[in-house]
Amino acid sequence: MGDQRIKDIILDIIAVVAPDAEVSNVKSDVRLRDQLDLDSMDFLDIVMELRKRYKIEIPKEEYPELATLDSCAAYLGPKLAAVTAA
Amino acid sequence: MVADRLRDIKSHYDVVIIGSGLAGLTAANCLAKCGWSVLLLEQHYNFGGMATWFRRPGGHIFDISLHGFPIGMIKSCRKYWTKEISDSIVQLKGIRFDNPQFQLQTTFDRQDFTRILVEEFGVAPDTVEAFFNTARGMDFYDDQTMTTRELFEKFFPGRSDVVRMLMEPIAYANGSTLDDPAISYGIVFSNFMSKGVYIFRGGTDKLIYMMRRELKANGVDIRKQVLVERIVVEDGKVRGVVANDQFIGCGAVLSNANLKTTISKLVGYDQFTPQFTKQAKAVRLNNSSCQVFMGIREGEKLDYIGDLLFTSVDPQFDSVRLCAKDVTSRTFSMYYPDTRPGSDRYAVVSSTNANWDDWAHLSEQDYQKEKQRLIETTIAALEKYIPDVREKIDHVEAATPRTFYHYTHQALGATFGTKFEGLQVSMDLPKQIHGLFHAGSVGIIMSGWLGAINYGVIVANEVDSLCCQSANSQGRMAS
Repeated sequence: MGDQRIKDIILDIIAVVAPDAEVSNVKSDVRLRDQLDLDSMDFLDIVMELRKRYKIEIPKEEYPELATLDSCAAYLGPKLAAVTAA
Repeated sequence: MVADRLRDIKSHYDVVIIGSGLAGLTAANCLAKCGWSVLLLEQHYNFGGMATWFRRPGGHIFDISLHGFPIGMIKSCRKYWTKEISDSIVQLKGIRFDNPQFQLQTTFDRQDFTRILVEEFGVAPDTVEAFFNTARGMDFYDDQTMTTRELFEKFFPGRSDVVRMLMEPIAYANGSTLDDPAISYGIVFSNFMSKGVYIFRGGTDKLIYMMRRELKANGVDIRKQVLVERIVVEDGKVRGVVANDQFIGCGAVLSNANLKTTISKLVGYDQFTPQFTKQAKAVRLNNSSCQVFMGIREGEKLDYIGDLLFTSVDPQFDSVRLCAKDVTSRTFSMYYPDTRPGSDRYAVVSSTNANWDDWAHLSEQDYQKEKQRLIETTIAALEKYIPDVREKIDHVEAATPRTFYHYTHQALGATFGTKFEGLQVSMDLPKQIHGLFHAGSVGIIMSGWLGAINYGVIVANEVDSLCCQSANSQGRMAS
């Protein structure tokens, strides 16, 4: 799965868990929290949504890997590849 | 014959939730929406835990404890419940203080508090700004050695009046004291300061009715008047619960009962490591509360005197005096007809913090006498603000730590759960017993209504993760 596809997935999930967030102009290398006014509960919702949709398990200590769209793509790439291959 | 509260119960659920406080209700809703079969058991005849209400003859209805919460509840209710529920949350704009040090009215947000601190208390604007930023920046993972007392001393040395304005409302909101870790103050204070104090329009009865309807729509099996006697653990794994003498199997249990009771009574210390048991025993419970409920006679009106009144005759704020049986500090929650649109009724609920020990050991005769005294002194205190209130009161009754124990089964009638150390024990529970989780009022920062809802979601995430793992491994075994 390409990086852009993963970024789209994350933005799609953010639009669901934080309906007020304006996701059309999100920069890939800036922390999502700083651009979108997301709090720790919003990130928890993203984690739950990723589990629900793609059966991906993200341990608590790895939540910081979801900080930016770029880091999401790098971190989730191998995980998504593993579940789609299974 | 007693009705069978467990009629048509299934023999196995993915998750059993014990207790329908706000954390239990919210976790139930999240887990059902994740697709798991969920059974929610409540021992009382109402759902809601401390978020509850009661009716009395004469058309009176009283809310026990949903007297104000931070704006964050709007977002959490919309995300984890429904838009209809979050749209019913409205601001309380008239927050009053009246004590020997100052009298003022505020919207209870950062902007207005800054104005008051600078203009009326003469504090330097930079100091106020630095204090708010420090409180806002507090995080659970921070150093927890600084106490709230030390935090205030750092920014406002010798200013007991400033300490009172900043601390008194939070002591009522989460039971924290000056000697608790500053973080237990800072997080809750900042939540309120972001936009003020809010309440549910329609009353607690409507809120819980809407939540119950949503749970049913999402397929949660909800039962009341079912007391869970025991959580069944075998080989370090949860197998089910015994309730009303009946075994119900499950893959996970989420206890929204008191943390200490969950460990000592529902499971039993023998199922935990000695180190964990020691930690669990060392968790301190928070204080309890006393309340006086005053229903105004039909046809009578009360003038608007504010929504929430923090009153005290104590010379200074004092965490110990705040719980004393000889009550000197009270919060009056005013219920005007617009609380419940369509109703024309008024009510006043007086709340004070209290100690279990002051009330637990009284003889029945002394207990009744003390309750009567509490009622009398409370009405007398309210007469300062509403001189003719005594003649307008149609129904009055008091609740004490014993009342809270009776209805909630919380150890020592605790109305704010446990002290700070309870959070770690609550979070460590699943590492001790596979499939056992706890959510509820722990560690003060997870107390208060916003903390309760959000902690319910945080733990629901853990339960969901475990259920997914179990489903995957069973799927593999079957294939």
